[in-house]
Amino acid sequence: MATYDFLFDGLGLRAWCGEKGSSDGPMTMAELLARKKTGGAEDGFTADSIWNLPFPSLDELNRACAQFARTRDMTKSVENSFLGIKDGLKAVLDPLTQPLSWLLEGALYLFAATPWWLMIFFLATLAYVASKSVRLMAFVAGALLFLAFIDHYDYAMQTLSIIFVCAFLCVLLGVPIGIAMSRSDRMQRLMIPVLDMLQTLPTFVYLIPLIFLFSVTEPKLYGIAIILYAIVPVVRLTDLGIRLVDEEVIEAADAFGMTKRQKLFGVQIPLALPNIMAGVNQTIMMSLAMVVIASLVSAPGLGVLVLRGIRNLELGVGLVAGLGIVLLAVILDRVTKAALARVNASTSVGRH
Amino acid sequence: MPKEISISIRNLYKVFGAAPQDAMKHVLAGMSKAELMAGHGHVLGLCDINVDMHAGEITVIMGLSGSGKSTLIRHVNRLIEPTAGEIWVDGENVLEFGEDRLRQMRRMQMSMVFQHFALLPHRTVLQNTGMAQAVRGEGRAGYEKAAHEWLERVGLKGQGHQYPHQLSGGMKQRVGIARALTSNAPIMLMDEAFSALDPLIRTDMQDLLLELQQELRKTIVFISHDLDEALKLADHLVILKDGIVIQQGEPQEILLHPNDPYIVDFISDINRARVLRARSIMTPAVKAGHVSVSGEVDAEDTLETIISRSNGDTAHSYTVMGDGKPIGVLDMKTLVRALVPSSAANDGMRKRAT
Repeated sequence: MATYDFLFDGLGLRAWCGEKGSSDGPMTMAELLARKKTGGAEDGFTADSIWNLPFPSLDELNRACAQFARTRDMTKSVENSFLGIKDGLKAVLDPLTQPLSWLLEGALYLFAATPWWLMIFFLATLAYVASKSVRLMAFVAGALLFLAFIDHYDYAMQTLSIIFVCAFLCVLLGVPIGIAMSRSDRMQRLMIPVLDMLQTLPTFVYLIPLIFLFSVTEPKLYGIAIILYAIVPVVRLTDLGIRLVDEEVIEAADAFGMTKRQKLFGVQIPLALPNIMAGVNQTIMMSLAMVVIASLVSAPGLGVLVLRGIRNLELGVGLVAGLGIVLLAVILDRVTKAALARVNASTSVGRH
Repeated sequence: MPKEISISIRNLYKVFGAAPQDAMKHVLAGMSKAELMAGHGHVLGLCDINVDMHAGEITVIMGLSGSGKSTLIRHVNRLIEPTAGEIWVDGENVLEFGEDRLRQMRRMQMSMVFQHFALLPHRTVLQNTGMAQAVRGEGRAGYEKAAHEWLERVGLKGQGHQYPHQLSGGMKQRVGIARALTSNAPIMLMDEAFSALDPLIRTDMQDLLLELQQELRKTIVFISHDLDEALKLADHLVILKDGIVIQQGEPQEILLHPNDPYIVDFISDINRARVLRARSIMTPAVKAGHVSVSGEVDAEDTLETIISRSNGDTAHSYTVMGDGKPIGVLDMKTLVRALVPSSAANDGMRKRAT
């Protein structure tokens, strides 16, 4: 006899429920434990106290009426429905995301094939071009040389190449989305919940459906996970930046007869650039965070070493790889912040 | 001589709110601004505006904040769409323009100067000055010469390479004016163009504008909340209160014959000697008869100038000259009487309040 028998008996639904306890699924762990605790009784129901009243959950109702599915059946059906649409989804997404795999493979190959001295020279020069600071350039070169010296160069380059590709794609996709959001309130209302979800979902949750959709051997698996996670700030800040452009300047652009296009490229984007750059900085930092987690799904790089440190309890390996990640984070942050500061200086709006 | 009308605003209404057309019906049925706000949650921004602006003149629209003056000027180039009414510019109804024709008008026929300058912070002063031409699709070579010339005229020679944030407020507004002039459009809209500037710089800028206007004869629509500024600049003065035109006309005329307690209050604080001119208070020559005359003054001279000429002696009287001919006589006693605010001031709102 189950707790909620009275409910179905009272409502005259006994016939609809059929034979109670007829669920043919395997017993759940909770049931097994419950049975053990009450010494083998069929159920733990004692009418003596309302304190023991169980919550009318799916499992509990199932015990009274077989028409109710158990929770495990529900999760099973969620899984089945995902697997049901999986093939269709894969047929669409696979060719669509194939270029991402190529880009990632290409970047990984390029970074690995370039001789170390050329690569470090190139990256230091890039740092200088972005920041116009010799000190920062020296710091970048020094950090990379240090990583090479402790034999972490290859791992660091793998991590860096993945970040370059993913952050680039984030900007390529995120800025137009942000512009669309800034132009239409409806689009903004539509996108904000999506962005909120992407930002709050635990990172591992992205990975689960992606593993089912794509093969773990494909780079696009982690590429998509990184892009979904890291694209949010650049979208948000592009939208915000364009909406924050001084209204009088926009009026002036209209009053002098600018077309929408002239206004976008001549006024809105240049004036929103400091905010967009702040978004790019955040996007790069979030890509770095995700690329470490993505080593769970075969993303190469420093994250693999961290994972090895956890799995094999190799404390030293994990800590040193962690230090390498911190160094990369500092490099990326400083260089993008310096670039941001330069943009800020050149477009600073005078106070009224 | 009938002057050509450049901009003509006819029965213009603007209602702000969720359903302006519905609220408009109540307005036409005679509902007041306050009732519309309380009963329907709509704001009556402009109510039945009729103004003619003549070509080559400065029309000043004056009112306190919230009177709808900035809203009104934005209707001329349709930065704001009216709820009802007509706006004619050089014989064409602006409200019938499609997007392309409207853009064409904004590019070729009008320019605008803004209260907070609205320069592009990422462009140099020169690029800002040539903005109108650049928008029309001309390259730097196309606008550079004209832009340099106008920058020199407004007193910013050699500053073309600077960025706006390197300039002071007054200099920024000079760039704003140079930008409007470089566009070479016949109509200039100036929205509180000098309100954000210090008083001394403001006076400089007003003089600059008048000096340029002497020669350029643009059709200027100037918004101001400052009566002294309005009286100094205006050929035609429109006074706006709560979205309604309460008086418009020649500024001297308004000063001598205010038709509303609100205006009386407004004008009671100004320095009449500096604003009133000889021609407004003189006795026309035909009626004058023969009076002993102590000298000649120009019709456009302010009373202040004449008082200083007379050294404060009220026994003098002067012949008023217009275009080289005597057109009237000005007695110093008349002048002194004109300095006292009109008797209407006794009925003014402030008087009643005390």
